[in-house]
Amino acid sequence: MKANIDLSRRKFLQSSAVVGAGLIIGIPLSLHKALAADAPAAAKLPAPNVFLKIGSDNRITVLLAHSEMGQGIWTTLPMLIAEELECDWQQIEVQHAPAAPVYAHTVWGVQGTGGSTTTWSEFDRYRQAGAMAKALLISAAAQKSNMKASDCKAENGKVICGKKSFTFGELADAAAKLPTPTEVRLKDPKNWTRIGKPTKRLDTPEKITGKAKFGIDIQFDGLLTALVARSPTFGGKVKSFDASAAKKVKGVRQVVQVPSGVAVVADHYWAAKQGRDALKIEWDRGPNASISTDELRKQFQALSKKHGATAQLAGDVEKALSESKDVLEMEYHVPYLAHAPMEPLNCAVKIGKDSCEIWTGTQFQTIDQATAAKILGLKPEQVTLHTTFLGGGFGRRANPVADFVAEAVHVAKAANAPVKTVWSREDDIHGGYYRPMYVQRIRVALDKSGLPQAWDHQLVGQSILTGTPFESSAVKDGVDHSSVEGIAGSPYLKAVPHHRVGLHSPNPGVTVLWWRSVGHSYNGFIMESVIDELAKKAGKDPLAYRRALLSNSPRHLATLNLAAEKAGYGKKLPKGRAHGIAVHESFGSFVAQIAEVSVENKQIKVHKVTCAIDCGIAVNPEGIQAQMESGVAYGLAAALHSKLTIKNGEVQQSNFHDYVVLKLNDMPVVETFIVDSKEKSGGVGEPGTPPIAPAVANAVAVLTGKRLRELPLNLSA
Amino acid sequence: MKLNVNGVEHKVDVASDMPLLWVVRDILNLTGTKFGCGMAQCGACTMHLDGSAIRSCVTPVSAAEGKNITTIEGLSKDGSHPVQKAWAEHDVVQCGYCQSGQIMAAAALLASNAAPTDQDIDNAMSGNICRCGTYQRVRAAVHHAAKLSKA
Repeated sequence: MKANIDLSRRKFLQSSAVVGAGLIIGIPLSLHKALAADAPAAAKLPAPNVFLKIGSDNRITVLLAHSEMGQGIWTTLPMLIAEELECDWQQIEVQHAPAAPVYAHTVWGVQGTGGSTTTWSEFDRYRQAGAMAKALLISAAAQKSNMKASDCKAENGKVICGKKSFTFGELADAAAKLPTPTEVRLKDPKNWTRIGKPTKRLDTPEKITGKAKFGIDIQFDGLLTALVARSPTFGGKVKSFDASAAKKVKGVRQVVQVPSGVAVVADHYWAAKQGRDALKIEWDRGPNASISTDELRKQFQALSKKHGATAQLAGDVEKALSESKDVLEMEYHVPYLAHAPMEPLNCAVKIGKDSCEIWTGTQFQTIDQATAAKILGLKPEQVTLHTTFLGGGFGRRANPVADFVAEAVHVAKAANAPVKTVWSREDDIHGGYYRPMYVQRIRVALDKSGLPQAWDHQLVGQSILTGTPFESSAVKDGVDHSSVEGIAGSPYLKAVPHHRVGLHSPNPGVTVLWWRSVGHSYNGFIMESVIDELAKKAGKDPLAYRRALLSNSPRHLATLNLAAEKAGYGKKLPKGRAHGIAVHESFGSFVAQIAEVSVENKQIKVHKVTCAIDCGIAVNPEGIQAQMESGVAYGLAAALHSKLTIKNGEVQQSNFHDYVVLKLNDMPVVETFIVDSKEKSGGVGEPGTPPIAPAVANAVAVLTGKRLRELPLNLSA
Repeated sequence: MKLNVNGVEHKVDVASDMPLLWVVRDILNLTGTKFGCGMAQCGACTMHLDGSAIRSCVTPVSAAEGKNITTIEGLSKDGSHPVQKAWAEHDVVQCGYCQSGQIMAAAALLASNAAPTDQDIDNAMSGNICRCGTYQRVRAAVHHAAKLSKA
């Protein structure tokens, strides 16, 4: 990821007029190279290279530089434009932008969606696009009515100049011919009418009628469907295969070998599936054929007893621990996890002469595009990538090695035909790119007042970013920042005079990837569980203990206090129920959750979650609430159910019957409260996930006296 | 083989054991119904067969012959079915992929039970997985749809 590039407002804002197409707002070509030096040359950008189009029919089309995968940016980014443009909200239509350097992430330099970054990273750019368009429309109206622009104003899709008024559509062509203003002024936040207003989703109509197109829905004449038989082990390869039975299946057209395995290409999914089932393949099971999670657990446990690469250090932790007579030692475990988005991975590819078209739901457009180009010997700009709706992403559709896109390109190339490669659910569960498994060992000594005096924290688990293009910026001195996030830099550790965070990053060959909230997803669980363990040892109430430790962290405190107040923490609960607390900062936002839990026949039931979030400026409160509910549900699946195990090199789970996720009858009532904040916006897609597992585990400890130090939480073990 | 889908008669030339899901999606090009698991574990493929909710990924096409098949495309012409209206009102969808199945399951529930309790909803809808976790809004929207249906 590239460093943030400081773009001055003036340099950033220019319009690029396109003849006969109404007003189109883009950014200057000179900036494209600065934004993404490795990306395709700017001269051959696909049209329209813009964020906003106003048609003479009054239609306003907003182009998203990011992918809609459920998180709601289909609505949030248009809100930013509409705030400045003063358009009629009903006239807005939304499209995914094509893959092109002009749409590069304002921080990363490549086009993509993730890290809960979309809203804050586009907060200025999309407002500026709206303000720019408004300025041009007002100028056009002023000319038409022989008035000064300063005497005209835009309002609800019209420009009003004295007694005259013009619709945006009537002004669009004239506005497009005007010179670019050198400066636009954004509205004073006190005059915002749309930012901060709960707004319903713009993608609902197509998603409740079956019209929304996901990648798997792409169809056109001549498009075939493929399933790929992949190695049952990580890094295994095809030794030989017999396709004679597969080829006899009605509807199977071809069987081709690709780097990842053997593809059966057929008229439709069912034929491809049957054909694949009929394949006989002998695998070279490769270097990881004997790994097992039981064995890895032992290896990781052994490593956790030694200090790893230093991620954070203060004082002399070994000395302080050795001087204490009473050290609490804790060992925590989290398993490998699949993302299991509801839409299985898929990618449609049509290769032409010197061109390639790709349709897929992806979080990493320009990386996919460059990967496809490399495979085909094309330039990136010769690859057109159409982003469809994503049937869930959670990180799986943002792969630095573009695995599912690269494979689909190989299949289409080998078949010499347009092919949509589709994964079955079993392929998805077996497919690797998992949230890594971790073992963590924590030793803490408390001082006389019960506060931590010395804290040694050793983490053992795979690095996600090592070996990717992001390694150089994200991995320093053997520490992958995403491995330790939420522990290194934790406000709790800041208050501990002697502390040390160490990281071991073994690589057993399992392919790993970011999973909603990445390192926070497990570090939040462990940190907030440990704090409750320490509170108990100190004989303090968990809320009061946190308040003491977080006295210099006002945003943590504010969310914690808000959640506690709204949940009625400390008041009497129905018999058999208890509250558990957690608060965690991630992706620029602070989330506290209080879970109301009961236990019956060793089954954990979460009845209610009271959630408080400080995400800075809250652009769409309705969407933020939905993301808190979503983050809780995703995290609760991992807290209560989901786990992948590996034996003899093979993943043992295969579908939703044995890789269990959250179902409706497990879903607690989630009440969300948003802290009124003027701070810079943080993320909301991920920060709701980390606190739920510890909140539940902490409640279970109150109810049963049993401290569960492993996910998924299991009282029967 | 003749199939009646959303009131329209189609002739298809497919194996009798081909799952109805793939006939509808890949042969008839009605892609509103989704594939999620292929083993009746997730509900994304829910359709109606003579008004009852079925998992079309494990229903052989032969079982649908001579019956009325309704998919999300045929639930209403314009998204005006009470369940769809309630879904919009409660801003239920997120990624949206499972929602065709959720809506078809809810519509079938309400057709047989005009005023479902929370427990009825849990029983009828817990086979429809949503990884975005829209469940709380699904519950609320089913109750709301029940009221809209009565009105």
